[in-house]
Amino acid sequence: MSASTSNNGYLSGSNLERVLRAGHFAVTGELGPPQSADSEVIRKKAALLRGAVDAVNITDNQTAIVRMSSIGAGAILVQEGLEPVIQMTCRDRNRLAIQSDLLGAYALGMRNLLCLTGDHQTFGNHPNSKNVFDMDSIQMVRMVSAMRDEHVFQCGDPFKGPEPRFFVGAAESPFAAPVEFRPYRLAKKVKAGANFIQTQLVYDVPAFASFMEKVRELGLHKEVFILAGVGPLKGPGMARYMQESVPGILVPGELIERLEAAGAPWAGKSKDELTKEDKKARASAWQAEGIRICIELIQQLRQIEGVAGVHLMAIEWEEAVKPIVEGAGLLPRPVVEAKPAEMAGAEAAHG
Amino acid sequence: MIVAEQKSLDELKTLIGSAEKVLVVGCGTCVTVCFAGGSREAAITSSSLRMATKLDGDPKQVSDVTVQRQCEWEYLDTIAEQVKEADVVLSLGCGIGVQAIAEHFPESWVVPGLNTTFLGLPVEQGVWAERCAACGDCILGLTGGICPIARCSKSLLNGPCGGSEGGHCEVSADIPCAWQLIYDRLSSQGKLHVLLDLQPPKNWRTSRDGGPRKIVREDLRLASQEG
Repeated sequence: MSASTSNNGYLSGSNLERVLRAGHFAVTGELGPPQSADSEVIRKKAALLRGAVDAVNITDNQTAIVRMSSIGAGAILVQEGLEPVIQMTCRDRNRLAIQSDLLGAYALGMRNLLCLTGDHQTFGNHPNSKNVFDMDSIQMVRMVSAMRDEHVFQCGDPFKGPEPRFFVGAAESPFAAPVEFRPYRLAKKVKAGANFIQTQLVYDVPAFASFMEKVRELGLHKEVFILAGVGPLKGPGMARYMQESVPGILVPGELIERLEAAGAPWAGKSKDELTKEDKKARASAWQAEGIRICIELIQQLRQIEGVAGVHLMAIEWEEAVKPIVEGAGLLPRPVVEAKPAEMAGAEAAHG
Repeated sequence: MIVAEQKSLDELKTLIGSAEKVLVVGCGTCVTVCFAGGSREAAITSSSLRMATKLDGDPKQVSDVTVQRQCEWEYLDTIAEQVKEADVVLSLGCGIGVQAIAEHFPESWVVPGLNTTFLGLPVEQGVWAERCAACGDCILGLTGGICPIARCSKSLLNGPCGGSEGGHCEVSADIPCAWQLIYDRLSSQGKLHVLLDLQPPKNWRTSRDGGPRKIVREDLRLASQEG
């Protein structure tokens, strides 16, 4: 029995792959593991995401701060009945470690992988460490696709048993420099074998629409599932920080103004004049507006041809996920049963 | 050229330790050009150490000499006597010079006066920047003459990461994004198609990852040294 028939014609058979290939508008979430060995944190966050998303990205030492490993946290998520998207960066592992960890991840039941370059280690809490960058994210996409489709390790040696079969993803930052090159970089990721793309956070829909126009010109939307990155803003401060300090994120002034307007009843008062209750009420007003904005963004992005879903990043605010997905009219999440093997050929030819 | 910078006077004093006779050895090549370890710097270091140790109440006998290249045996032979007389040799050469002195004079104690920093060039008076990582398999022909191994903080081969903004690297606003430079150069020359090819994982064996490197040119070896 070949691996492809065992997956009924799917590349990986993951829930995310099934939802996307059935033509549903997909929703992925994100979970940041703790800076500790506490499994309960994962279980609590998993409970907030259950039923609201099709799969959950688990970050890999995000912003170069040491956290529980993506694969370790992913194993807990699998126990909890949720589907992880393992994030793997090129910063901390060479090609031996990446492949070996992925064999382990697959054996533990993980089926989706997002290949990333990784934030530079000087940002994090071990800035004196040595980095690896043995390969880049595009080379990683190629490597893991070949592990699945050509049954070989990066060195060319064939597998001596079942190969890991991941649904392979990559990221793209549509507004990072040089902006004109970004659609072509996406094309390189598709050429390397990417099955899905999750983008950097989008707040400027017209700018993203221009990016997608170029993507469609290159025909990429027919070769790869593109999930637009979205995330709720917690207030005008966060919005301004993202606009000013995070590479590749554009936050239009009107969104910042909307958040400011939501906090208007408390504006003009100094820190000391605001009571604890005032601050709490203001935060709630900001958050409610942030959630409204996020819902609107999802609805607008959904109208853009070639957008196959959204990747919802509610960083340390998992409580917001369900209201956003519900508000965007995307609940309940679809259940796509594995298709019988005889249909697989037609689907593969179509896909 | 090899670019280096001087260690602090405090560190030099620690390195010298209890030695009485100190020989500061400058080098007339790369470190002269980058104003870190030439004859001028050797003389200044020498007199600074004399003054500092005198102020500390433990005056040392410090002298200095500069050879044309510390990394060639024949130039080191010219200072054999002075090296022999010194309790410690403070080399103002690059790391290669320090090791050449150590290797050539097995009985002498040699310490470094510089931190060897990178292979680069002076981009303007007083400013040096890294240009080459000596990876052993030059790819400059693919990247418009701008090296992403040495100049991209992540040594990426397939284009910029998501941290490139406004022409600079995510690591620092002082670091130009190598891939922005490559993009601009290929764009201005109508050669952007070069960037569309997938570059496979690099063979790092030619770099330090294959272990310490050595080149043997049989055509240049003397008959007596063969075999």
